[in-house]
Amino acid sequence: MSPIIKVEDLAKNFTLHNQGGTVIPVIEDGAFAVEAGECVALTGVSGAGKSTVMRILYGNYLAQSGKVEIAGVDITKAEPRDVLALRRETLGYVSQFLRVVPRVATLDVVSEPLLAVGKSEEEARERARDLLTRLRIPERLWSLSPTTFSGGEQQRVNIARGFAHTYPALLLDEPTASLDKENRETVLSLIEEAKAGGAAIVGIFHDVAARERVCDREIDVTQFTPSLAA
Amino acid sequence: MSVTPLLEVQDLTKTYNGRIGCQNVSFRLYPGEVMGIVGESGSGKSTLLNCMAGHLAPDSGKVLFDTRVDGPRDTLAMSEPERRMLGRTDWAFVHQNPRDGLRMRISAGGNVGERLMAVGARHYGTIRDAAGDWLERVEIATDRIDDRPAQFSGGMQQRLQIARNLVSGPRLVFMDEPTGGLDVSVQARLLDLLRGLVRTMGLSAIIVTHDLAVVRLLADRLMVMKSGDVVETGLTDQVLDDPQHGYTQLLVSSVLQV
Repeated sequence: MSPIIKVEDLAKNFTLHNQGGTVIPVIEDGAFAVEAGECVALTGVSGAGKSTVMRILYGNYLAQSGKVEIAGVDITKAEPRDVLALRRETLGYVSQFLRVVPRVATLDVVSEPLLAVGKSEEEARERARDLLTRLRIPERLWSLSPTTFSGGEQQRVNIARGFAHTYPALLLDEPTASLDKENRETVLSLIEEAKAGGAAIVGIFHDVAARERVCDREIDVTQFTPSLAA
Repeated sequence: MSVTPLLEVQDLTKTYNGRIGCQNVSFRLYPGEVMGIVGESGSGKSTLLNCMAGHLAPDSGKVLFDTRVDGPRDTLAMSEPERRMLGRTDWAFVHQNPRDGLRMRISAGGNVGERLMAVGARHYGTIRDAAGDWLERVEIATDRIDDRPAQFSGGMQQRLQIARNLVSGPRLVFMDEPTGGLDVSVQARLLDLLRGLVRTMGLSAIIVTHDLAVVRLLADRLMVMKSGDVVETGLTDQVLDDPQHGYTQLLVSSVLQV
């Protein structure tokens, strides 16, 4: 079986044109693969490039060279509309921050990814209600925009949104940060369910216990980061 | 998957007495896509938009539109009546200043209904119902249907302009700074409305703006212009989060954090 996520010869630089054209190499010879049903943790000290790798996997950062295949599509060379289709159907991302259009109700924020893949309004809302309940967002908040929620509540809405559709590939950026014990437990079971459902998962977990529980192996990104290895 | 682009622009150039408005612009817009064009004032983004929409005659280039009947055709080579028909049916243009896109002396309902009449609707009751329905969709109370736009606030006028443009079910909407000049709470409401309409109607849109927050919320893709040239294109979040061109880096880093 071929891996869902496959990275080969990845290189990434940042060129700061307005600061004397400084070139900062951040990744060199990046290579790894993640199979279906597998959860892999990216590790390395702060600044090592974990988030950069995640962003390249999502097509949010451009790569200088190399290949990043997600379900057979090389995201480093795909057209914008192909990247969007990939993100809609195949590739999910739970970031650390919720970014939403003001005024949109929480329930709609969570159901949106399902409506985008053509699920019925009823089915989408059912799933959204189920996730919000599991993540302990009180029902009286569902009709409100999450923009005014507390940090932890926003993070849980973000997680509900990220897990609404069952993506074959999932990226998680510190999914258990700023959560209390019960909600952390819920998020870990959501991750386990996604794995059991065959998702290939790449995550950043500062929470060591969480990492040990859900991750099958670790990839130290320091081996890809030229500035640190030197 | 090969889908015919809804709009294909090839090497579009427009100069004003030798000074460059925009030059060698080429891109494809696919059905359902929203593209943002950003750049500072004078970068040529409005010139480009007006050339595409047929308001300005470019010096050279092609603007191919996938028409319902004949497939892709160069709109610049169309006859004036054909282009006007397109402007009333499949195309819509939302001006920055609603006064440029509305008829200030006729009622709100009349403004919306006029576009329907232009495509052949004749039954007064049907037109009025459609107008009322659209006022509701853009969140204008239906009891204001007989009021003139001059009696509306700026935000309401802008929403009325959008209703007038979308009532005929266009496939492509050109927008020139649609949220410019509106205060932020009104902007948020308008953005939410536009996003909803784009999704439910499957519209394609080209939005010119200098507001990066607006494109982040509305646009799938981004085109960055400077001094008439396209300096960078790509997926919106990629261009904003990992800008490659020096000018884009400057633009993104110049945004004030709230």
